[in-house]
Amino acid sequence: MTTYLDFEKPLAEAAARAAELRATGTPAGEKAAAKLDARADKAAAALYAKLTPWQRTQVARHPERPHFKDYVAALITEFTPLSGDRGFAEDAAIIGGMGRFNGRSVMVIGHEKGADTASRVKHNFGMGRPEGYRKAIRLMELAGRFGLPVITLVDTAGAYPGAEGEARGQAEAIARATQASLDLPVPMIAAIVGEGMSGGAIGLAAANRIVMFENAVYAVISPEGCASILWRGDDKAASRAAEAAEAMKLTAADLLKLGVIDRIVAEPGGAHRAPAEAIANLGAALATELAGLEGQSPAELRAGRRAKFLAMGRLI
Amino acid sequence: MSWLTRIRPRLTGFLGRRETPDNLWHKCRACNAMVYTKEFDENLGVCPKCEFHERIGPKERFAQVFDGGVHTRLEIPAVPEDPLGFRDQKKYTDRIKAARTATSEPEAMAVATGKIGGVDAVVAVQNFAFMGGSMGLAVGEAFLTGAMAAVKARAPFIIFTAAGGARMQEGILSLMQMPRTTVAVAELREAGLPYIVVMTDPTTGGVTASYAMLGDIQIAEPGALIGFAGQRVIENTIREKLPEGFQRAEYLLEHGMLDMVVPRKDLHATLARLVELLMRQRVAA
Ligand SMILES: [Zn+2]
Repeated sequence: MTTYLDFEKPLAEAAARAAELRATGTPAGEKAAAKLDARADKAAAALYAKLTPWQRTQVARHPERPHFKDYVAALITEFTPLSGDRGFAEDAAIIGGMGRFNGRSVMVIGHEKGADTASRVKHNFGMGRPEGYRKAIRLMELAGRFGLPVITLVDTAGAYPGAEGEARGQAEAIARATQASLDLPVPMIAAIVGEGMSGGAIGLAAANRIVMFENAVYAVISPEGCASILWRGDDKAASRAAEAAEAMKLTAADLLKLGVIDRIVAEPGGAHRAPAEAIANLGAALATELAGLEGQSPAELRAGRRAKFLAMGRLI
Repeated sequence: MSWLTRIRPRLTGFLGRRETPDNLWHKCRACNAMVYTKEFDENLGVCPKCEFHERIGPKERFAQVFDGGVHTRLEIPAVPEDPLGFRDQKKYTDRIKAARTATSEPEAMAVATGKIGGVDAVVAVQNFAFMGGSMGLAVGEAFLTGAMAAVKARAPFIIFTAAGGARMQEGILSLMQMPRTTVAVAELREAGLPYIVVMTDPTTGGVTASYAMLGDIQIAEPGALIGFAGQRVIENTIREKLPEGFQRAEYLLEHGMLDMVVPRKDLHATLARLVELLMRQRVAA
């Protein structure tokens, strides 16, 4: 059962009509359905070519959008998950492990949101706890010692705002993860594949190069959160999310202009509609970025990463 | 911004209020006690009745923390103002203007150099009164300026944090201050210089999740609210009332997130001893 977003209503109607036509079981019905499908594909392409920031936010959160496991299954061979922070627990919201990317040993770390109710609960909807960030630090340090490039896949609505996470140092864990990223002696590429929200995202995104899907969003806070803070007292604060999304400049195109990301990865019609194509595009982008860092010494990689962030926002 | 530099140290009466009947008295936010403003100021902005630590700004903090209050402010390089052209209920530029008028400070973080216990030190103070101390490009640049000045002078860098979190109106660029300030902390580490964090009320959000939690020594003022997520957000998530004292300095100390909770009156002496132990490693026995 495909999930259609509010603004995809015409596509949903076309799909329903095509299904009805197919249900007739006649060659004429099949022919009309195929024609309708082709028209719907064109309409989808046109629709997705000019999404608003708020619509992109919804696409980035689409339940059928590929997640960590899909990217790893398609792009990484011999993937070997590694677990635990060695201090308290295993946090399934942030998963990671070693594997081969185009034959090269790499460390892959990212948020996993889950794909159905059971797995979403298991992965806590991709909202990491301190242990998830501490595991990420452990894996980064492991990668650093063995010379494995680090690839992170960022897809989170934010770190989990729970009481226990606070007691165990949620903020400290994120701060240390950012610190570990910036200290890495190996190449690090971050891919913003869905939602990259707040500190929960940045803990895995202080990389040499940052690529982002064209319908992913990357921001300091969710549009809803931004609206509730900045339009506080306004009785329509809740409905201001679209306005906030516009003002926040959270789309890939905006972030490329601001110098926050380095490359936009195409996902024609939305990654949930054509996952294989989107995943292949991401693989190509990661390969290009990794090749660009090849041959740099640990000192150069570290210095490059630091210079990149220091320069950010200074020249706009 | 030349008015930023070389502000004359003021040794006494640092709040500098005129004694009109309106501000002759200070009402404590915690215990509602009325105390003479003069007495409250002399008590470093702490209620003499209940020890509640009121929020104070850079001017008061610099006067309290440096030897004899003597310090020199550092000029913070200009940053793009309103980089996103942001507007919510008000224009962001108007909010900045209002904050400048209200605080007589150019931005939410100020940096100064001086001596603490005879040791040269660089101190940054985040100002909650300026748009909730929120971290944007200017705060990031102030932090970088302070850290780099410390590296240059081979001095310890001490920061007093106070912030609701990120400056929403600067969007992603406020988020980018988390890695940017972390780069500055790395530079201090590599230079072998102490980085001391004093967390004051409140320190939350992205500030806590970056430079505020990366100190070599972590101190907090009594009762300071310190956390990552806001309490309302947490309560809505776990659907439970949070326990008394949750996310307070004493709670963090108990959970291993701080080295010490130090009352304001002891901060100068504590900082002096810490920088002396770390910077002057050999003295005559
Ligand atoms: Zn009191």
